[in-house]
Amino acid sequence: MLTLTCPHCGVQADETELSAGGEAHLKRFGPGSSEEELEGYLFARENPKGPHFERWRHAYGCGKWFLAARDTATNQVFGTYPASEAQPADTLRDLVTASRPGWMWRDFGGEA
Amino acid sequence: MADVVTMAEPLGMISLRGDHDGERLRSAVTSLTGTAFPERLRIEGTSERGLAWMSPDELLIFVPRQEAGAAVARLSGDLEGVHHLVADVSDMRVCLRIDGPGAREVLAKLTPADLHPEAFGPGVFRRSRLGQFAAGFWLEGQGARVICFRSVADYALALLRQSAADGAVGYF
Repeated sequence: MLTLTCPHCGVQADETELSAGGEAHLKRFGPGSSEEELEGYLFARENPKGPHFERWRHAYGCGKWFLAARDTATNQVFGTYPASEAQPADTLRDLVTASRPGWMWRDFGGEA
Repeated sequence: MADVVTMAEPLGMISLRGDHDGERLRSAVTSLTGTAFPERLRIEGTSERGLAWMSPDELLIFVPRQEAGAAVARLSGDLEGVHHLVADVSDMRVCLRIDGPGAREVLAKLTPADLHPEAFGPGVFRRSRLGQFAAGFWLEGQGARVICFRSVADYALALLRQSAADGAVGYF
C-alpha cells in the first residue's frame, strides 16, 4: 500500500484516494518539432527499477495534481511536490541520493 | 444503540473559487456567514451556515436553502473586479446525517482517512472516499454530516445504514 502526502492540502492520502497520472516532467513536443521528438514525447517512457518521478492527482480529496518521487521496487517515498515545479528540488534529489547512490532518471542524476 | 442515518434537509450550498489570501474574498465570505475563515482542512460554523475548506482555491459555503440565490448575488457584487467563480451548487450534492455516538466508526469503516479523535476532531472537514464514492464529512451536533454527489445518494444512504447497522468495531 502506498501513502503519499498531498503537498496542496497536507493530507496523508491512501493510494485509493489518488489517481495515477503517469510519468512526471515530460516536455511537450508539438507542431514544428521533429518526428523523433514527437515520437519520444508520445511513447518513450522511463520504466526504472528504483527511483521514479510520477504524476498523481488527489482525486478524492482536494483534486489537485502533484508529483511524487518514489522507489518502484520498494515503494519508499522520497517526497512529493506541487505539479507547478518544473524540476524536483535539490533537497529532494539529495534525499534520493542518500538512499540510492548513483541513481539516474532521465536528466536527473545523483552524482554523489 | 445503533446510529441513525438519514437524508438531511436540503442545504443551500455555494461553491466559491478564488484566492484564499485575498482580503476582499475573506471579508466577503465571513460577513456572509458570520463565521471565521476556515483554515486548511477545516470547517467553520455548521451545515446551517458555515464555511468549509475544499481545496487551496475552493470554499463550500453553507447557507439556508432559501437564501442561496441571494447569497450568490451578494457575493458576486462584493467580489466584482476580483478574480473568482461563484455558483449555487445546492442541487449538486446531498447531505446525509449520522446521528449517534458511533458516527465516527460508521465512517471509519468505509474510508481510508485517519479518523482517530486526534486527527479528526470537531471542526475538521475531510474529503475522501466512503466505499466507492467521493465524499466530504465532518463532526456536527450529536454525530456527523456527509456530503456527496446527488447521483450516488441512494448508494450512500444504503452503505452508511449498513455500516451503522453492523455496529461499532470498538477501535476508537
